[in-house]
Amino acid sequence: MSRRNMLQTAGLIVATPMLAFAQTEAVNPGATGPAWSPYLVGALIGVLSMFTFYFSDKALGASTAFASVAGLIGRLIAPRHTDSLHYYADKKASKIDWQVALVIGVIIGAFLAAWSGGEITGRWLPPMWTERFGESVWLRLAVAFLGGGLMAFGARMAGGCTSGHGISGAMQLSVGSWIALLGFFAGGTATAMLLFYA
Amino acid sequence: MAQDETRKPSRNEDRHPDGLPEKRMSELGLGLLFGVIFGFLLQKGGVAKYEVLIGMLLLEDFTVMKVMLPAVVVGMVGIYALHSAGLVKLHIKPTRYGANTLGGILFGIGFGLAAYCPGTGAAALGQGNFDAIAVLLGLMAGSYVFAEASGWLARTVNPWGDRGVLTLDRVLHLKPRVLVPVMATVLVLVLVAIHVFVDPRP
Repeated sequence: MSRRNMLQTAGLIVATPMLAFAQTEAVNPGATGPAWSPYLVGALIGVLSMFTFYFSDKALGASTAFASVAGLIGRLIAPRHTDSLHYYADKKASKIDWQVALVIGVIIGAFLAAWSGGEITGRWLPPMWTERFGESVWLRLAVAFLGGGLMAFGARMAGGCTSGHGISGAMQLSVGSWIALLGFFAGGTATAMLLFYA
Repeated sequence: MAQDETRKPSRNEDRHPDGLPEKRMSELGLGLLFGVIFGFLLQKGGVAKYEVLIGMLLLEDFTVMKVMLPAVVVGMVGIYALHSAGLVKLHIKPTRYGANTLGGILFGIGFGLAAYCPGTGAAALGQGNFDAIAVLLGLMAGSYVFAEASGWLARTVNPWGDRGVLTLDRVLHLKPRVLVPVMATVLVLVLVAIHVFVDPRP
């Protein structure tokens, strides 16, 4: 079987149950839980990992894409300075690559899923946030931006994020990935508890 | 392409010198396709939702674990099976006790503030949570700030407990074909325990 045929078959295997589910899903815009069984979704993400290893020779991961785009922007604004940085000395660290395409795909895929399930939110503030911290959009955006910044710094230090370490690294039995994963949830739980209970 | 070349395995097309831009396009196309599937699954699994992610960190909603653990179990069994058949290469990042721990905790603090992690942040934006835009911009800014510090960190923090590629099977002196079924069983039991004792929603 040619590579293209295999890919088409693989695509159909994944797409068919998805479409079937999408058709039968009840419209539920206020839903706060998962639309599908999380166990099924998890298992399918495991299968997807096998596909990315086999067809793309890559592990699922998301955080590096943001570093690539940041490097591209840095190179536009301050090319010499960006090139002088240790992380960007390797030109591969700043280009539109597989992972950038993956993250763009995630946005599209999540849109399709939310749209097919009637779960498009279209709002700046999560209700749970508003309940605790009020209606200020700027406060939420500032905290979200700071959170994103810390996550990126931490992910690059640790070598990956919840996808790269938490899923891909953990499934390959990497010791560092399991340590990082514990760190993610330790830091996250402490911070969330402080934010919501302190 | 000449007729006689079609007998070659199609994988070799990728290595044709003239095929380089085409290879890059197909690489990006595959990335996009896998991303669409990944994003679709993340949203359907509920992990693009603020309440679900914060609920996990507050230890009130275990949906995140119910997605991650089966992904790890299925992926682990599948990838080690493919690997032992010689069909895939592993992609294991270096274990650095210092950097993994510090970076992990720092990431966690950011995760608690943002609620969306990098992958689920992209998915959150896709489902219409616009606050995820700030998370994604923060991720880019933070990456550049990291790059500013990367030379210093590479000299100071990275060498702390740098063990290179290190996997649990090597630490435990077990062959992957022994450890993988054991790990899978343990993780499934954890999942069952969560389901029975903590968060029994299906």
